[in-house]
Amino acid sequence: MIQYSDNEMMALAAGRFIKDGDIVFAGTGVSILAATAAKRIFAPGAVVFFETGGIDPSLEEIPMAVADLRAMSGTALNSGLIEAFSIVGNRRLHTIAFLGAAQIDRYGNLNTTVIGDYFKPKTRFSGSGGACDVATFASGVITFMQHEKRRFVEKLDYLTSVGWYKGGDSRRELGLKRGGALAVVTNLGVLKFHEETKEMYLTEYFPGVTIQKIVESTGFPIDTSHAVEAPAPTPGELRVLREEVDPQRLICQAILAVPQEGK
Amino acid sequence: MIADRLMGLDEAVTRFVKDGCQLAIGGFTITRNPMAVAYEIIRQGVKDIHLVCHSNGQALDVLIGAGCVKRLEIAYGGNGRYAPTCVRFKKAVEGSKIQFEDYSNYQMSLRFLAGALSIPFIPTKSGLGSDLMNYEGFSREVRKEPKVANMKYAKIANPFSEEKDEVVLLPALTPDVTILHAQYVGEDGTVRMKGLTFADIEQAKAADKVIVTCEEIVPRSFIRSDPDQNSLPSFFVDAIVKVPYGAHPTACFNFYDSDPQHLNLYRKMAGDDSLFKEYLDEWVYSVASWEEYLMKVGMETILKIKANPVIGYAVGLDRK
Repeated sequence: MIQYSDNEMMALAAGRFIKDGDIVFAGTGVSILAATAAKRIFAPGAVVFFETGGIDPSLEEIPMAVADLRAMSGTALNSGLIEAFSIVGNRRLHTIAFLGAAQIDRYGNLNTTVIGDYFKPKTRFSGSGGACDVATFASGVITFMQHEKRRFVEKLDYLTSVGWYKGGDSRRELGLKRGGALAVVTNLGVLKFHEETKEMYLTEYFPGVTIQKIVESTGFPIDTSHAVEAPAPTPGELRVLREEVDPQRLICQAILAVPQEGK
Repeated sequence: MIADRLMGLDEAVTRFVKDGCQLAIGGFTITRNPMAVAYEIIRQGVKDIHLVCHSNGQALDVLIGAGCVKRLEIAYGGNGRYAPTCVRFKKAVEGSKIQFEDYSNYQMSLRFLAGALSIPFIPTKSGLGSDLMNYEGFSREVRKEPKVANMKYAKIANPFSEEKDEVVLLPALTPDVTILHAQYVGEDGTVRMKGLTFADIEQAKAADKVIVTCEEIVPRSFIRSDPDQNSLPSFFVDAIVKVPYGAHPTACFNFYDSDPQHLNLYRKMAGDDSLFKEYLDEWVYSVASWEEYLMKVGMETILKIKANPVIGYAVGLDRK
């Protein structure tokens, strides 16, 4: 039996969403792994770029932060933050952004700011960074989550980044012309959003994971009637991840670099 | 020329970084933070700083930890995998030790751009539906103070549209001083940054005064032979300090990588108040000169993090 880590499974599951021609906005941690995997395995015609302004870096070594020097080496172009956001929101481009969060609700809205009261926090996280901006402007957002009940919540402690807002057409009514939550990739499976209601539903559970386990790990009811078992990573895919994308094994085996409460 | 603007770290900070000033820091998380200036600000005991940041990492965290910062406008306080949330920033916010207000990266970049353009505000769509718009961090009293906007955001209907179309307005930022670290400053004062520039250029142009530290001072002929590479004209720069490795332990493209060992050490020590005091004593207060700081970093580390100047980073550096 093939052994693989959660991060490897998640990177591959997310990478499959990327198509040739997509402009992929990578954040930190597993999202860099996913973006790189997408380009090397699923969509060689996709372009990876970073919020900090590095466009199409060579990625000979995997960046460990969006300002890592590896995000600006061998690029097509190095620019600044304002230029980077002019790409995320550009109406000609199909941009897919990878984000992580401490909490998510059924409409794919994200919290990366605080657990507890904003002024008297139980746990304070890094804050929006570019997350609110890409959630506003990108064509679609794929979010990485640790699948736990305290993270999949009825109500966010703080809504940092807008997904489908209150469901239905509410995102468009806010004045956001495009975008929205495309998928959520967790350590247990993959979730998407209903066409009309924009509510989260289960589309794939990972090998060895039961639907029951996912339902129990989600703090709101989810439709599981469309769920199928996800394909396990192939030896070829794992070889690319381990030998080409992340030979130093900085992320493949590491814990998820999303906000962890109490850390 | 720059003779009258070339000075030491002590003079640059004494002249331009005052108690209660509004300060912007160049760089991003673990890259090109003007650390040497940040350490000098701490040594001089500058207090009540109003820090305005997009995603500053290490410099932000030491300044907060050392008690120099009273007020903070920030998009992100994190150091990549070395500290997903900056440690002293987190402590200060959780312990209500600091006045803080959250924005996003793009919003903060736009606010600097508005300051640079001398316009009072700038529109965006970013923030619609977000709690960024619903939580004001500053009290009404704070909002009466100089350089604090009288409200966090405004929202208006797009005046050019007949249909309902809401737009967010962001107040401009005009920091008293911006501190940056660049790879090169020419003998004519022209600044050249290599790799990503983040919002450094907007931050510099928005400020009343600018301190630039650099790896090298280079001949005018070099700077002028390829002007497309340059980032900032001379007339924006008020103080120039040559500080090789001046961004350590953060990275400087083509010169050196971030220092994983030091950033890991920092995270450990910053997590505990008494250890953090030891850290500041050892790496900031007791260090008499930048040369002494680099001696403490040590030749082994200097060589380890030294970038391959063709590739830009330290190839194969152990980043665990």
